Amino acid sequence: MKDIVFKEIDGGKPFYMLLGFIGIFVLAALGAAWYMEHNGHWVTGMNNQIVWGTPHVFAVFLIVAASGALNVASISSVFQKTAYKPLARLSGLLAIALLVGGLAVLVLDLGRPDRLIVAMTYYNFKSIFAWNIILYIGFMGVVAIYLWMMMERKMNSFTRVAGFSAFVWRLILTTGTGSIFGFLVARQAYDTAILAPMFIIMSFAFGLAIFILVLMGIYKWSDRPLGDSILFRLKNLLGVFIGAVLYFVLTYHLTNLYITQNHGVERFILMDGGIYTQLFWIVQILLGSLLPLALLYHPSTGKSRGWIGIASLLVIIGGLAQMYVIIIGGQAYPLEIFPGKEVVSSFADGVVGSYTPSLPEVILGIGGIAVALAATFVGVRVLRFLPSTLADDAVDPHYSAKQASA
Amino acid sequence: MSEESNIDIYRRRFMSGTATAAAGLAVAPGVMLTEVARAKPAEQAVTSDVRWGMLIDTNMCNEGCDDCVTACNEEHNLEGFGRPTTDAQWIRKVTLKDKQTGNVQTLPMLCLHCEHPPCVDVCPTGASFKREDGIVLVDSHICIGCRYCMMACPYKARSFIHEQLQDQMPYSPRGKGTVESCTFCVHRVDRDILPACVVACTEENHNAMTFGDMNDPGSEISQQLKQYSSRQVRADLELNTGVRYRGI
Repeated sequence: MKDIVFKEIDGGKPFYMLLGFIGIFVLAALGAAWYMEHNGHWVTGMNNQIVWGTPHVFAVFLIVAASGALNVASISSVFQKTAYKPLARLSGLLAIALLVGGLAVLVLDLGRPDRLIVAMTYYNFKSIFAWNIILYIGFMGVVAIYLWMMMERKMNSFTRVAGFSAFVWRLILTTGTGSIFGFLVARQAYDTAILAPMFIIMSFAFGLAIFILVLMGIYKWSDRPLGDSILFRLKNLLGVFIGAVLYFVLTYHLTNLYITQNHGVERFILMDGGIYTQLFWIVQILLGSLLPLALLYHPSTGKSRGWIGIASLLVIIGGLAQMYVIIIGGQAYPLEIFPGKEVVSSFADGVVGSYTPSLPEVILGIGGIAVALAATFVGVRVLRFLPSTLADDAVDPHYSAKQASA
Repeated sequence: MSEESNIDIYRRRFMSGTATAAAGLAVAPGVMLTEVARAKPAEQAVTSDVRWGMLIDTNMCNEGCDDCVTACNEEHNLEGFGRPTTDAQWIRKVTLKDKQTGNVQTLPMLCLHCEHPPCVDVCPTGASFKREDGIVLVDSHICIGCRYCMMACPYKARSFIHEQLQDQMPYSPRGKGTVESCTFCVHRVDRDILPACVVACTEENHNAMTFGDMNDPGSEISQQLKQYSSRQVRADLELNTGVRYRGI
């Protein structure tokens, strides 16, 4: 294994054109946010029944993926797997960038985004949401320090400590994000401790899928060698994470199916919830989990970069569908205020909440992804995040041994 | 017109207004919280010696009557925009039909002013808060409009303000982008006047709503709660609601 040389990617016209292209999505998102704030939320699909809509789907997805994107760095620094070491810097950068993108969407969807300073100065410490605000800000700080330890030669000896801190912090952070839903006692779809670990395992899968795509994209773009060895390690890991998410989803639904009072919400999500049922079975389970699993482990597609990329993309689409089912499907199922009664009122009691995503909401959500990508690309352009080569003989400690025995 | 005569006109108007109000109160029984007799100076803080509560007798609540809803909408000027999914509703009439027996009931739902309100627990900034006397309110000035309280409330008691509002009542500040709910007419209760919904129900002689201090054993609500069986909605959550129901 040779010494790793980290280098900025080249600038020039193509780079700025790419940045300009992403910038269009960021500007569109700002325009959408302004439109929604100026008119009020009635112009969105959200209402008094579905209070969290598409922006939350994107925001929570990005925030969850952010902590997951740090995994590659954690495997390197905490679990001492040297093969992942060259990827650790990108992993940290992507984690911060995804979090910034997610938070931007979350803040711009507030009823009063102008009161952001209030959110940061008034804390109710019994609120898991308040804790999340602290955890998000802290995560960026901890990961920034971790990156500094990795990138400053004099500080390298602190990398493991910083990496361990960041690893613990990200576990707490995703526990907090899952608990935003897990702590909601009133709603049948939430109110369960399993959401916290399920969000952690979801973060592993979503974050790694994004990491693989970004890595493949940048290396192709910048014409740098990316060997099969590292890529196949990552894709095998992604397969394990997809399987783990499926296990948690299965356990969640089996538990609810056993408990009679939760039969209603299970029937809604799994059988007659319309769009939510379709998203669950077709997009989340079939396209987002089973198909990528097959693609990643099939002897031929599992060795194809194109298919690995498609499988990663499917995991991301499946993840967004999963968030949609959890967040919006969970609200659409009516609150059981009077168990055993049919309920009718002028306030949509007892009926499935109606929600259709509006265009500005979708544009705002996509803007979050654009912010994350723009931050990542600027990062790798101005600082030394990426090794100049990830070819097999450069990164795989066992490569030469394998060659010799072959 | 001189400044002095202007003052005279104001004075006259004020005097006649007060007299009309006093006369109105004299002929409208049940408007004042007379049994409480706790009128306190405005500068004195509320205490937990009082726990405001409401008892709703569903047997007395008529199907088709929504006087309480109308009174609330007028009191707080909750004029909607004709958009039922996004317009605010602080109190609503709910009709229940038992799935097994077919028995039908109707009752008003409002903020139940829990002793352990989930909305207050989850609010990140502390904008959702509970007064010492049990009234759960939203401080519109520090609400950031995150809607987490609406996710947490088991009773769907809260509304998000989806658009710009006009002609607000000075005692009921509301604002686009913030969350709000029934205030138990705190501006009236603090002056020993019953909430608008209770007055409307009583004026029509339906008498389905009783409001008062649940901590005062002598109050009408306490005596009724002691004498008759009543229920909390979603009692399993053990939130110790301030609003309780008879007949469900």
